[in-house]
Parts: sequence; structure tokens; C-alpha cells
Amino acid sequence: MSTSGYHPDLDPASAPPFPKAALPVLNNMQLRKNVAHAVDVIQAKRGRLVAEKTDWQQLRAAGAAIRDHALENLSFYLQQFEERCTAAGGVVHWAADAAEARRIILDLLRQEQADEVIKIKTMTSAEIQLNPYLESAGVKVFETDLAEIILQLGNDEPSHIVVPALHVNRGQVREIFARSMNRPDLSDDPQALTAAARSYLRQKFLTVPTAISGANFLIAETGGVAIVESEGNGRMCLTLPRALITVAGIEKVLPRFQDLEVMLQVLARSATGERMNPYTSLWTGVTPGDGPQRFHVVLLDNGRSSILKRETERQTLRCIRCAACMNSCPVYRQTGGHAYGSVYPGPIGAILTPQLTELHHAQSLPYASSLCGACYEVCPVKINIPEILIDLRAQVTDQERRQTRRWFDPMYLGMRVASFVFASAGRFHAAQRLGRIGMRLFTGKDGWIHSLPGMGAKWTQSRDLRGLPQQTFHEWWAARDKAAGKEAQ
Amino acid sequence: MRASLFITCYNDTLFPETGRAVVALLERLGVDLEFRSQQTCCGQMHANTGFRSEAFSQAKRFVRLYQDAEAVVVPSSSCVAMVREQYPGLFEELGNEALRREFAALLPRVYELSEFLIDRLGIEDVGAWFPHRVTYHASCHGLRGLHLGDRPLRLLRAVRGLELTPLPNLDRCCGFGGTFSVKNGDVSSAMLATKLEDVLGTQTEFCTALDNSCLMHMGGALHRRQAGIRTIHMAQILASTEASPAEIPA
Repeated sequence: MSTSGYHPDLDPASAPPFPKAALPVLNNMQLRKNVAHAVDVIQAKRGRLVAEKTDWQQLRAAGAAIRDHALENLSFYLQQFEERCTAAGGVVHWAADAAEARRIILDLLRQEQADEVIKIKTMTSAEIQLNPYLESAGVKVFETDLAEIILQLGNDEPSHIVVPALHVNRGQVREIFARSMNRPDLSDDPQALTAAARSYLRQKFLTVPTAISGANFLIAETGGVAIVESEGNGRMCLTLPRALITVAGIEKVLPRFQDLEVMLQVLARSATGERMNPYTSLWTGVTPGDGPQRFHVVLLDNGRSSILKRETERQTLRCIRCAACMNSCPVYRQTGGHAYGSVYPGPIGAILTPQLTELHHAQSLPYASSLCGACYEVCPVKINIPEILIDLRAQVTDQERRQTRRWFDPMYLGMRVASFVFASAGRFHAAQRLGRIGMRLFTGKDGWIHSLPGMGAKWTQSRDLRGLPQQTFHEWWAARDKAAGKEAQ
Repeated sequence: MRASLFITCYNDTLFPETGRAVVALLERLGVDLEFRSQQTCCGQMHANTGFRSEAFSQAKRFVRLYQDAEAVVVPSSSCVAMVREQYPGLFEELGNEALRREFAALLPRVYELSEFLIDRLGIEDVGAWFPHRVTYHASCHGLRGLHLGDRPLRLLRAVRGLELTPLPNLDRCCGFGGTFSVKNGDVSSAMLATKLEDVLGTQTEFCTALDNSCLMHMGGALHRRQAGIRTIHMAQILASTEASPAEIPA
């Protein structure tokens, strides 16, 4: 059993639909409290630091423009990155999908004769399910990010892309560490917990000669890679080992070194509510006698090219993984990340995951939003998430239109009938009269509806509905017009 | 000043008192109102649920129906947001050039109620009287879609007898989201419970908004809990006077 008290499935191919996956979390009051507290704290910090930037809206616009330019010229910048990274002593590999990326990485580890590997937190590696693959091939994987250690030792899964163990509280961390590090005396004092993690890690840093990282940015102009982090474990992984393998989505490329000026400002403020993140590592290829002497970059497509082709959806790939959207999301605040059935939760996950699977999976995710727009408002690269959610819903509907069983879906049927009704005022008014009679069946003595069948039961599970009034507005208007002696329209 | 009312489908069916209040309010302010009985729905429900071509038909209907109106007043912020945010995309994708031109000409004349009062009529004090403790819920579409800002609060502050208590976490969604409330009924209910903690904490008599969809959601749960706080559309508060106080259904 994991820390969460249930087994999260983050594989979009097998994860249950969102409404079902949300249930264990909604029933776990401790977990919901942990999540709400954590996002409220980060949100408040972000709010303060964004407010102090008088040019925040210009920074957002610049961030969006830089990312758009990179995406519109993606093949050019990727080739430039490959050229310059190679010239600096790195080796660039191209992976069309998760399976190819995993194979490349395992082959590289075999070349290194590595049976152990240390890792910096990388959501891209989680996307390709790298850890279980490597473990089954006999390579022991050691996560070095504090949150990732908590999850790895607690047999749990990430629920957030910046703070992966956001759903776990201090007391639970203590229990995991006490059990897995055999330290029954450990206190839940944050310093004691980080000290325990530190002594566990230090030995790995000094003895494991191979590391895997992700990338926050690839810089086409220099062929360099950038990683931002808070704990310094990344800096250790990037400097101590003999060999380093970086796996990065193809969308991570920035045209120029100078673009970091904008991106690093918006990223730190949006992600952790800091003016600047504590550690920013930048490296270019291999430097003889200093740091890893063998450096590989695996560039991962895994569905990204298909997103590039769609004009509305392309902005999804602007994402710099700051997680401000999930911290601001009232849905995520209730469900946490596991319900999204993907390593990418929250609003960005709700649009990214279905697209990465080319809508073969995760069709429930575009509906996992009340379209309140909070995500769009905070997004540092101005991704219009509600717009994309609606567009994806339309694509799901278009899939459904081709299936015979659509007529057995009450929502589909209801929408088609409503469309027929709304196409004519006569039909609309007739439907209102019918509804008024039909709803009497369900209306109580107090004039309210307390219980409805079918889809309506999802409404009456927590809300009443006032019974239909005896006179609609248009009936009232017509009667008033008539009384005034005018000709009703 | 002549204006045409777009009452919207669910207000017409479920909340006729809102439309009646808009009539009382605007006629009191000297607006010459008309109501085109051919109106049905703006298409929001279909668009937001992914039924784009159905939404397009309704959007086309809306534009054709009001193309010669001097002003269209809509007492529902989410329906106005639908027109402003989604019609352009629908007409871009599915419409013809003539329709797009008609829409572009109509769009600046479509007003949400508080916009119409403040921006078009230039009135903040509508002469209302409502001697009750009230809190205001800023619906997401009004807040982030229409950027109504403090317009609703300026209108409420000018109402005689009204005691306004701010609602904490004003920018947080109540969890309605149209079909979201049934497709994701459990999550929606959890969001609603969080919102109601804030609403109940204000210890007011009424929670008001410019959108009956949020109010139906919150009001339904407040009724279920027999919580004592009731929901009321802001049009009813603004229409209320000493001579003719708001009609408050049980």
C-alpha cells in the first residue's frame, strides 16, 4: 500500500476515467487536506512575487512569444541544438516514442556497464515509465530529489510536477523514512528528515558513476542544457558522475541563450514563488577533466509532433512545467494529481495527456474542468487551457459521432435533443411546457426537487433544484404585452 | 434608449423572476425594452460540452435575431462570455464571411447587465432599496471572461439599506461548470462544499451574483442543507425599491 492509501495508476492506457479515479481521493480527507494546504501556500507565495513585478504581463507575453517562435521553427532549432551539442562533445539521440527512448537509455547504460543509476527529478522519464523498465532490466534506480525519494521509498506515485510528493505530509514522510531507512527513532522535524535523506543520498552520489536527468531548457544557439532545482541534488548528479544521460521532450528547445532571461524569471516565480530558484545548472557538451566525460541527450517526440500540427492545440507545447495551473485549479485542489491518471496532472495534464496519446486514451480528462479559467490567468506562457479543453471535447464528440453506441450515451442523446429543441422557439416552448408537467413527478410539497433519476442523480447527490415555475419569462412578457393592449411579438 | 432583452434559456425556464426584475429595473431607468420571443439559447452548453456544430447553429440564430438591435442586454455573465469568447472561433471555423461581418457589427452592442448599467447608461446608483445583509459571488465568467472588475460591487454599494460583506476566495469557482456538475458530480460537489464554507462564513442573508447558473448550484445546496442563506440574482436586488420590494420565493 502506498502513502496515498490506494494504488494510483498513472498510465493513461490503463488508468480509470477521471470521475472514477477521483473517488478514492475525495474519500481521503487527510490527503485532500495535505493537497489544499500545499497549493494554498504555493499560490499565496506566487501571488506576492508576481504582484511585485510591474511588467508581469509583458513578461508573460514575451515568454509566450519566445516559446511560439521556437515551436514554429522547431526542426530548425532542434537541428541547430544537435549540431552544437555534438560539436561540444555531446551525443544526440532521437526517440520517436517512449519505447525507443527507453531502449536507447538502457543501451547507453549497458555501454557504461552501469547496474546502478542516480536520477534528478524528471517528469519526462516518468512519462516514458523509465524506472520500472530499468529495474526490470536489472538496473537499480536511485531518485535523488527529496520528494522523489519519499515516493520511491513509499511505493507511491507523483501527484504534482514540481512538488511530486505534495500530497504527503511531514508525519507520513517520517513514517516512510523510519521504516525504509530503519530509523525508528527519527523525528518529524524537517531538519531531521532532510538530514536522514542527505546521509542516505551522499553515499549514492559518491559511488554511482552514471546519472539520468531531464532538462528544463535546451538552448539551440549553444547546444547547452539548463536545469533549475531547489535542493542541490541535481548539481551533484550533473557534476559527480562519469556519464550523464539527459532525456528531454523535443519542445524544450529555446532559440537563444538570452531567452533564459525571460524564462527563468517567469519559471521561478510561477513554480515555487521565488524570485530565483536556488540552483541553476547550465552545461554544454563535455569539458575535459571536469564533470561527466560522456554526455548523451535523448530527444523525445512521443506524440509531440502530432500536437504541433494543430493550430489551436500547439500552444500546449509552450508549457515550461511550472505547475502554476495546478496550484490555481479548484478541481486539482480537491482531487490532487493521481486522479488524472498521468504523470502530468492538473489543467496542463488534462490537455497534454489526451494529446500525447492522440486521444486514444484519457478521453475523460478534457471534461475534468469547470472551465473557470484560473489556469489561463496564471500561466506564465499564456496557454489558453480552457480553449484547448473545449477543442478537445469537440474532438471527443466527433469521435463519438462515428460510433453507433452514441445513442446509448444519455449525455450525447440529451445534447442532440436539446439542439433540436433550441433550433426553434416553438419547440423550445413546447419542451418547457412538457418539462413543467414532467417535473411535477419529482417536485416535493415544498416546491423543490430533492431527487432525480439518471444523470440528474449526479445533481441531486448534493443539491436540490427549485421546481419549474408556473410561468416562464416569455409567457409573462406575452401576458403583460396583451394586458397593455399591445400586439405580442 | 432602446434595448433588446436576451433572457437566456435557463432564466426563461427556471428563473423568470430574474427577467422580470431586469424589466422593472431598466424600465424604471427609462430604457425602452423589447423582447424577441424567437430567442432560445446562446449555445454555451453545447459548445462547452464539445458539440460544436450544434453550438454554431445556436450562435448563428443569436446573431440573426439581434442584428438590428440597438443594444442587447443579457442578465447572465457566462452567456455573454460565450458570445464574446467563443462565437469568434465558431464563426472563424464554421461560418461564412457575411455571418462574420454581421457578428462583428453586433458584438459591441451585446452587454452583460452590470456593463449595460455602468458603461452604457453611466449609472451606478439605480435607486434601489434592499435592507439585507448580502455577499457577492464573482462568477468565473464575469471575473475572468468579461473582466467585470468592481462594477457589480459599485452597483451594490449604492443600494440603500444593503450591508455588503466580502466573500473570501472570491476568485474560486463554485464547481458548477455546466455539464461538469453531472459528468464530474462528485468533484463538483466537493468544490461546492468548499465554496459554501466561505459563503456560510459571511453570515449574511443573501448570496448574490450576475449569473443564475452559479446561484442555482449554490442555492440548491444551501436549500438541501436548510442553511438559512438564500441566493438571489443581482437584478432582483437592483430592481427592489421601497414601493416595490424584491419578490423572494420561498
